[in-house]
Amino acid sequence: MSERGKVMSIKETRRGGAQQKLWAFASLIVLVAGFSLASPNFFQVSNIMAILQATSVNGVLAVGVTLIIITGGIDLSIGTLMTFCAVMTGVVLTWAGMPLLLGVLTSIATGALCGLISGTFVAKMKIPPFIATLGMMLMLKGLSLIVTGTKPIYFNDTPGFSEIAQGSLIGRIVPAFPVPNGVLILFIVSAAVAWILGRTVLGRYTFALGSNEEAVRLSGVNTDAWKMAIYALAGGICGIAGLLIASRLNSAQPALGLGYELEAIAAVVIGGTSLAGGRGTILGTLIGALIMSVLTNGLRVMSVAPEWQTVVTGAIIVAAVYADQLRRGRAG
Amino acid sequence: MFTRRTLFGAVAALALIGPGSGAFAQDKMLVPLISKGFQHQFWQAVKAGADKAGAELGVTVTFEGPDNETQVDKQMDMLAAALANKPVAIGFAALDSQAAIPLLRQAQEAKIPVIAFDSGVDSDIPVALASTDNVAAAALAADKMAELIGDAGKVAVVAHDQTSRTGVDRRDGFVNRMKEAHSGIEVVAIEYGGGDHLKSTEITKALLAAHPDLKGIFGTNEGSAIGVVNGVRELGSKGITIVGYDSGKAQTDAIREGLMAGAITQNPVGIGYETVKAAVAAAKGEAVSANIDTGFYWYDKSNIDAPEIAAVLYE
Repeated sequence: MSERGKVMSIKETRRGGAQQKLWAFASLIVLVAGFSLASPNFFQVSNIMAILQATSVNGVLAVGVTLIIITGGIDLSIGTLMTFCAVMTGVVLTWAGMPLLLGVLTSIATGALCGLISGTFVAKMKIPPFIATLGMMLMLKGLSLIVTGTKPIYFNDTPGFSEIAQGSLIGRIVPAFPVPNGVLILFIVSAAVAWILGRTVLGRYTFALGSNEEAVRLSGVNTDAWKMAIYALAGGICGIAGLLIASRLNSAQPALGLGYELEAIAAVVIGGTSLAGGRGTILGTLIGALIMSVLTNGLRVMSVAPEWQTVVTGAIIVAAVYADQLRRGRAG
Repeated sequence: MFTRRTLFGAVAALALIGPGSGAFAQDKMLVPLISKGFQHQFWQAVKAGADKAGAELGVTVTFEGPDNETQVDKQMDMLAAALANKPVAIGFAALDSQAAIPLLRQAQEAKIPVIAFDSGVDSDIPVALASTDNVAAAALAADKMAELIGDAGKVAVVAHDQTSRTGVDRRDGFVNRMKEAHSGIEVVAIEYGGGDHLKSTEITKALLAAHPDLKGIFGTNEGSAIGVVNGVRELGSKGITIVGYDSGKAQTDAIREGLMAGAITQNPVGIGYETVKAAVAAAKGEAVSANIDTGFYWYDKSNIDAPEIAAVLYE
């Protein structure tokens, strides 16, 4: 896929860590190969499509939160923000009967606005990101339930809405390879964010804030404004995730969302982005998200008991980060 | 160091080939059940029933469900993975009655029969629904209530809602049975508390105030029944016969204390067992009845600790 190639090249020029990503990618290949050997049903087009579909929502969330993690922050509200965006889309499309495009814009705008609010808590009110976004997470969860009256909003009256994630433009051109649109959107979002990180001022400040915020501030940069912009951008990306999940379920499920933030953060960390900030790549995050869904799907296809699936996933997260530390020569 | 990392992956993958490959090594039929959850006692009981049927019929049964009942998309991923495994049939308890329809169509195209269990979907793809016959279960509650109050007097119903299938079936099952078989009993009020403890408590207190000669109240689900118990307890009313539904610690405690006369419990073990049985029959092309009653029990102080009852009650 051309987008992915582009992401990789940016990353290479930017961080000079091509080798590192190659290794992460190799881990993914090893997992895929292992599962393919273990079960003949794993490496089938339909199952690969299922894995990609399962990656799309978590992948988009992870790409968004990667930005914030590179600044040295964290955003725990992404899961419930995604849900809130889906709910607002339902309000606009199903309740108000507005056209599809307006629903799409509502979701992204809601996300960006909520991101801006989180950013304000962090940058202006100096609330630690963990606490500010924890508060946001709970507020948004409650608001989703209040707005909907705890019942799902269905999109049956909006033709084409389910196509956003479930349709397949690629499948129309290449019927043998029906990549769901949700996955296409994930790759487009990834490429766009990788471009922002690698080629724009916003990207440069994202890394700079995570490396040494004080130095950036002392050099006359309005760090608060940039930080708020980054949170707003990440929020807008959560809005895209909200569209994807709502389209996938053809409904806005108001109670959903808690726990999704941790899965996204896990994907980011597996992808080699440092929680300390200043370092990270979108390609890594994408691979991290793929590793997580390959693992989940593979264990299921192998009929591993769900209790053990959880144990193995946890162990892989620890192992991946430990391996990363070893590569950097920090752990002995 | 690259080797270390790949080793982790390889070891993880290989470690799982051992236990997992059993399902593939033998040419057993595979029947995955995608449930609404797996950690709760209710679902563990469904799983136990499914495993029992699997052992009897010689098929491999897997059982999986999301961590909680909000994770509709996780359930979709589970269903997709289950379909990838080319099962002979699938059991599915939908968290959302519509969201899974595209995947169910996939199953239909692949000629994999789907047995819905616990709750149905808004689609005719599932060949059968294995669930509790709520009408018959509520009728049993009516019979027990009549027996306990001497087949005469006024009773009331505190239902959980008037729109859901279970709410309507349990209310009608109870009320109609009273009309048909217990002419001495009059159902004087039907109120809806949304299954909410507090709301059902307030309703109960209002009912007792409005009908001082009320002899019995039927609470149609766990929350309603507990609300009735709390209402009666708060007012200190004597001589009210309370009949409940499902279990849960508060309800079983009320029965042990004697505050509640008894309750209907569904049979989660039966739900799992019948689902697998129907799945295997459907896979073999045998006729399967569209509605499978998985059974229910009456329990009270006298049999609450009996093994067959204790097995289907949950905390």
